[in-house]
Amino acid sequence: MTREGFGDLARLVEFDRVHRSVYVDPAIFEREMETIFDHAWIYVGHESQVKRPGDYCTVLVARQPMIMVRHSDGRVHVLYNRCAHRGAMLCGNLRGNTGEAFSCSYHSWRYHTDGSLESIPLPKGYEGTRLSPKSPERNLKRAARVGSYRGFVFASLAADGPSLPEFLGEARIAFDDMCDRAPEGEVEVVPTCFRFVQHSNWKIFMENQLDALHPAVTHESSGRAAADVEHDIARRGGTAPLDYHYLSAFTTPLPKWDQVQTVNYPNGHSVLQGYMGLRPRDPDTLAYEAVLRKHYGAKRTEEILGVNIHHVLLYPGLSVQPALQQLRAVRPLAVDRTLTEIWHFRLKGAPEAIYRRALGYYNLINSPSTIVNADDLENFWRCHQGLASDGGAWVSFHRRAGQDDEQDGVVGSRWGTSEAPMRNQFRAWTQYMSGE
Amino acid sequence: MAKTAKKKAAQPQRAAGRKASTPARAVVANGTYDAQREVEQFLYRQAELLDDKRWGDFIDLFAADGCYWMPASPDQTTADGTPAIFYEDRNLMNVRMKRIMHPHAWSQSPMWGTSHLVSNVTIEAVDPRTGGLAVRSRFHMMEFRRDVVRHFAGVYRHQLDKTSDGFRIKLQRVDVVNGEGPYDYVLLAWV
Repeated sequence: MTREGFGDLARLVEFDRVHRSVYVDPAIFEREMETIFDHAWIYVGHESQVKRPGDYCTVLVARQPMIMVRHSDGRVHVLYNRCAHRGAMLCGNLRGNTGEAFSCSYHSWRYHTDGSLESIPLPKGYEGTRLSPKSPERNLKRAARVGSYRGFVFASLAADGPSLPEFLGEARIAFDDMCDRAPEGEVEVVPTCFRFVQHSNWKIFMENQLDALHPAVTHESSGRAAADVEHDIARRGGTAPLDYHYLSAFTTPLPKWDQVQTVNYPNGHSVLQGYMGLRPRDPDTLAYEAVLRKHYGAKRTEEILGVNIHHVLLYPGLSVQPALQQLRAVRPLAVDRTLTEIWHFRLKGAPEAIYRRALGYYNLINSPSTIVNADDLENFWRCHQGLASDGGAWVSFHRRAGQDDEQDGVVGSRWGTSEAPMRNQFRAWTQYMSGE
Repeated sequence: MAKTAKKKAAQPQRAAGRKASTPARAVVANGTYDAQREVEQFLYRQAELLDDKRWGDFIDLFAADGCYWMPASPDQTTADGTPAIFYEDRNLMNVRMKRIMHPHAWSQSPMWGTSHLVSNVTIEAVDPRTGGLAVRSRFHMMEFRRDVVRHFAGVYRHQLDKTSDGFRIKLQRVDVVNGEGPYDYVLLAWV
């Protein structure tokens, strides 16, 4: 695959099937980085990761090492992590507080936390040179555009394109649903990040997130094991914590998954309806609902708790579980290597017990000891290995193809196991890659 | 429970030293109870059970209310309400065991083995009343799975109950030196 125009690429993506090369061809991966990730709004982090002036964290945006930092005026900036002098990376840590300035470890060029140059040692050395004190090239480069929605910070490396609200569209419900569930209307990040490097193409992960056909198959062993122990605990007269239900829900028989609908929006975003029944009637939940009613009133509280979403996928690189207060950010590293970062959040003003629920999910499903994602990662690896082979040219997305409901660019699945979300992602892929 | 462990570790009961006054199970030539030797044998046995994949026997080393805890970061002082890589009581350990042994645990199909070495065993505190011990040791685990080798190493802190049937683990805290790095694959079983 060479890099001339989109013509050759158009033949690789059909309505209901996709050529394997889009997963394994390094040249196509390069083009994806340039046309998708360098243009789309990419999740950087949450504002609460950088609470005080000088707080920073480092992050990959598209494939650029960048710094998210809180400036003295309270604004959050996203800067390239590169000294303007000789190119050294400025911050070598994942997070920290830099005080009033970043100082380069090589020759001590210093920058304000908005990226502007503070000082250069022995500045006379530049007198009479082409690097004048006013040269913008003395400053740190900033992300072309930075936006925040309810505390979630995004950056786009392209100066032009849709605004953040336009990009998010209806999928902003990922953040509305999570934040609205907080009595104070805001969430706060828990400063632990679990990181995985998947040995597979980034799209394989994205296609898995709303795949309602896979849980009963991939996660059968986890579901059965948890259901067994849940049963044991009940037999001994106890009650298993809600955590067990996150797992035993995977024993839901295959035909039932067709009832879990997906809604598929422009730009490749999708929503998967909830199925875990996260509104139990235990005392903790009832106490929480009472707090919500105090803040929002009964009617609004019912609206908030009535939103029933398991997953929101924000293409190309974010998967959010609002009611479980978790998100996974996808950072492609190479055609066959994908970094995922997993974060979880506290609902401000909610009782501690509600945080414990999110923590249980984070520890059990999203931690490095996960007994759920163990089998997902295994499948992602297997997919990539199979697609790298000559055993077949195409990936099938035929399930319920042509049978979904489409209205004003929004596709409802009608059957939960419809491969509508994958087809929707490739619709966005084609738009990005062709520059439409 | 984790809080208790921290407290005990912070204030070792110095008087006890290496020798406990409780009745001996392990007896050395001079006839005195050798807690050091007994606890080393216990830790070696635990490591062997993991490497032999004898999951049920591994779980049985824990007290009825025992827990296995691998904090998300070494500065954590309690497992209660904080993110953890593992925080499992015997019920959750049973979930893990049953999953690993399920015929459809797809991730279990490739060849997978581990080798644990345990060393630098130090008894940090002895409860003279119960014979319970706080023990610190170093471990190194090498894993081989589908032609890939990984290493995990760090510190074990065992809070051990003394019973008529040997030690039982009240709390095992595991701090992995490389625990905060990115993972190429998950931790399938206890480290």
